Amino acid sequence: MSDEVHLSLLGQDHEDDAQGSQYLSFMLAGEQYAVSILRVQEIRGWEPATRVPNTPAYLKGVINLRGNIVPVYDLRLRFGMPVREYTKETVVIVVRVGEGEEQRSMGLVVDAVSDVLVVQDEQISQTPEFGAAVPTEHICGLASAGDDMVMLLDLESLAGGTAGGEENAA
Amino acid sequence: MSIDMAQFHQVFFEESFEGLDVMENGLLNMDPGEADPEEINSIFRAAHSIKGGSGTFGFHNISEFTHVMETLLDEMRDGRRPVTADAVNVLLASVDVLREMLTAAQEGVDPDEARIAEQRAELERVLSGSDEVEPTTPATEKAPEVPAAEVQPVGWRIVFRPHQHLLRTGNDPLRIIREIADLGELEVVCDISDLPPMSEFEPEDSYLSWELRLDAPVDKAQIDEIFEWVEDDCDFAVVPILPEGAETVQAAPAEGASTPVPEQKKPELKVAAPPVERRQNPDRRQNPDRRQGGDRRATGAAKKGAGGSSSIRVDTGKIDSLINMVGELVITQSMLGMLGEDFSMDKLGRLREGLAQLERHTRELQESVMQIRMLPISFTFSRFPRLVHDLSQKLGKKIELRMSGESTEVDKTVIEKIGDPLVHLVRNSVDHGIEPPEERVAAGKPETGVVHLSAEHRGGNIVIEIRDDGRGLARDKILQKGIERGLVRPEDNLSDKQIFELIFQPGFSTAEQVSDVSGRGVGMDVVRRNINELGGAIEIDSEQGKGSTITIRLPLTLAILDGQSICIGNETYIVPLVSIIESIQVRPHMVRHVAGKGETFRLRDEYLPIVRMHEIFGIPDARATRIEDGIVVVVEAGGRKCGLFVDDLLGQQQVVIKSLEANYGRVEGLSGATILGDGSVALILDIPGVMRLANELSGMPETVAMTA
Repeated sequence: MSDEVHLSLLGQDHEDDAQGSQYLSFMLAGEQYAVSILRVQEIRGWEPATRVPNTPAYLKGVINLRGNIVPVYDLRLRFGMPVREYTKETVVIVVRVGEGEEQRSMGLVVDAVSDVLVVQDEQISQTPEFGAAVPTEHICGLASAGDDMVMLLDLESLAGGTAGGEENAA
Repeated sequence: MSIDMAQFHQVFFEESFEGLDVMENGLLNMDPGEADPEEINSIFRAAHSIKGGSGTFGFHNISEFTHVMETLLDEMRDGRRPVTADAVNVLLASVDVLREMLTAAQEGVDPDEARIAEQRAELERVLSGSDEVEPTTPATEKAPEVPAAEVQPVGWRIVFRPHQHLLRTGNDPLRIIREIADLGELEVVCDISDLPPMSEFEPEDSYLSWELRLDAPVDKAQIDEIFEWVEDDCDFAVVPILPEGAETVQAAPAEGASTPVPEQKKPELKVAAPPVERRQNPDRRQNPDRRQGGDRRATGAAKKGAGGSSSIRVDTGKIDSLINMVGELVITQSMLGMLGEDFSMDKLGRLREGLAQLERHTRELQESVMQIRMLPISFTFSRFPRLVHDLSQKLGKKIELRMSGESTEVDKTVIEKIGDPLVHLVRNSVDHGIEPPEERVAAGKPETGVVHLSAEHRGGNIVIEIRDDGRGLARDKILQKGIERGLVRPEDNLSDKQIFELIFQPGFSTAEQVSDVSGRGVGMDVVRRNINELGGAIEIDSEQGKGSTITIRLPLTLAILDGQSICIGNETYIVPLVSIIESIQVRPHMVRHVAGKGETFRLRDEYLPIVRMHEIFGIPDARATRIEDGIVVVVEAGGRKCGLFVDDLLGQQQVVIKSLEANYGRVEGLSGATILGDGSVALILDIPGVMRLANELSGMPETVAMTA
């Protein structure tokens, strides 16, 4: 799947910064995922959110982010992974999606944050087809970090699929 | 003038720059040959405000320059001069020069005189360029600043010749003369040579003119100021009387004014009135007329300022409470400071207490600051009674204006921007909607039409409704017009809503007669644009013969509502206090089941459905599942009532409404969220939404939900 994808840890290969994009990687049920670091607004420890009635289970609720009401999604539940008790390592990555007026913030509950990676754009490989069993529509590419494979999350599609009842609202 | 005018300079500059922008945009939009009179008018008005303001504040070079522009614009406005590309270009260049002059004045540096003179010559070239132009008369041109700068005059000779229509503009020459007399000793000579024979005498016209001699070394600006309100309705010239009898009479007007200053009296033509002696009035009382004029200006300024969003009018009560809170905050802070000086563990209790106090004050302060931006919508509504009254008089209709929800608080931005669209819509209702009395009687309706203006918080929005019981929209006429204009095809099968949408198209009007009230087809598109700019939506609902309802929905970005906190299980929700009628404990024997399913209870004469909140919201750990364990909150919305079954009531508080839609989306049954004192989020119930949910989920029969 990865034919010579060059990937290095930040700080070891500064000259690559110019061409590569930085990604924040995190763990989810033993797998490594990453989101573009430009999308990341902040990383917070898990704190109880206010449940919103009649919404999908993966919406853990909404939190107060300095006066803004921000929804928090549990990515394990979102991807149909086994539920795990939240620990002190459980964090919420707050990301921004969309542009301009459409810009929205959302929080993603993940097991732990791992690293900041620099990935060359041309060295991201396509997501292979796994068939219908594994949901891949929110993965926009694969890269490798050392021996591990990193799945790059497509936040736009994730946000589109989770944006509540907006479409069917009156 | 004892008031320091300098403090108003900044406002003047801001206003003037805004005016310049208006002029510039207007000029740019103007097509040579066929100019929109409204456009010229707005340019003219902007120029006029700049002229007036600069005169008042003593920037005479600016007012003189603007005056020339104004003259040119005035002729274009009256159609006496065609709008040529050349003239527009010269005017545009003049706007640039004017801007430079204003900037120079603002920075306190000398303007580029050469450039001004050059541009002025350009303007005068255009002015004199056409033959069809009547000589430009208003002799308001000030004499070049020579006298003020070099020799302080000992007095002034003033020639005041009102135009015939002066009295009809509501100005009183006597008042003006009195006001001048307040400045110092005044000698008045009246010229009655223009008086017509009695048979031709028009009582409403002004035939007199005056020559005044003011023996006081006042500033010319003071005299100019007195004439400011009539300068377009009279000819006047002010000539300084220089000391040592060396009365160098200066020809006042620069460009062929019709009022040459008489060098000597012509006794045979004039009846000299005895000189009116006036003692100098030590306490120069303000003339009420002038003050009124001043107020008019002030309103104008306020209106203009609205566009710039630079200032806000705040209830002093709100400010006082802010100051109080800041005071308390300072006290708390100093108390904590002292505590920190020599802290030991035995003072922990006091520290905690202090911190709690600090937290509370900060929160209160935050709330009060938020409150400042919120204004009751009555700010906007208050103008309508007058508007409707005047319009109905004018149109010979009988109309009653009802208003409700005036105290609904909305964001300042909304207040500012919603005014004009609302005026337009109300005018439409009055002009097109409500029929004349005869027609109403013929249609079997009460003679007096009703226009209902209401505002309320609904479902996370502010909803403003303009409802009339008039003739409604002429669906077929609109459709026909739409087809004519090629907006829709005849074969299109359109719903009523889609047809009504057509009236939002630019230039769309079905009014048979264009009145000066409405019907020019300028408007609904602008109305919609304004509302869209606020992030809102507008909808029309109409039934022919019965009336129309226009609904404007605006988002609540920062609205505040009084809420009742309730708890269900571990969750806290806010119920808008306005929807709550009462809260009662229901005993099991009061409950009846309808069709074996829906629970209702009897409250006085009504049967109300019970909505178990923990069921419709799927709350797992509700404490109260038996009806006697919890509390039923009776709420009303849209004419329907129901009882919300909850665990307990907590407190009442004002909450700031936060949007759920900004980052997530709409959720049925919720109108938004708020942040509680402890920083956690509580959701606000949308009562109509809750009722809908209840109907869907529990299959509650509609007939029960619709209680009598």
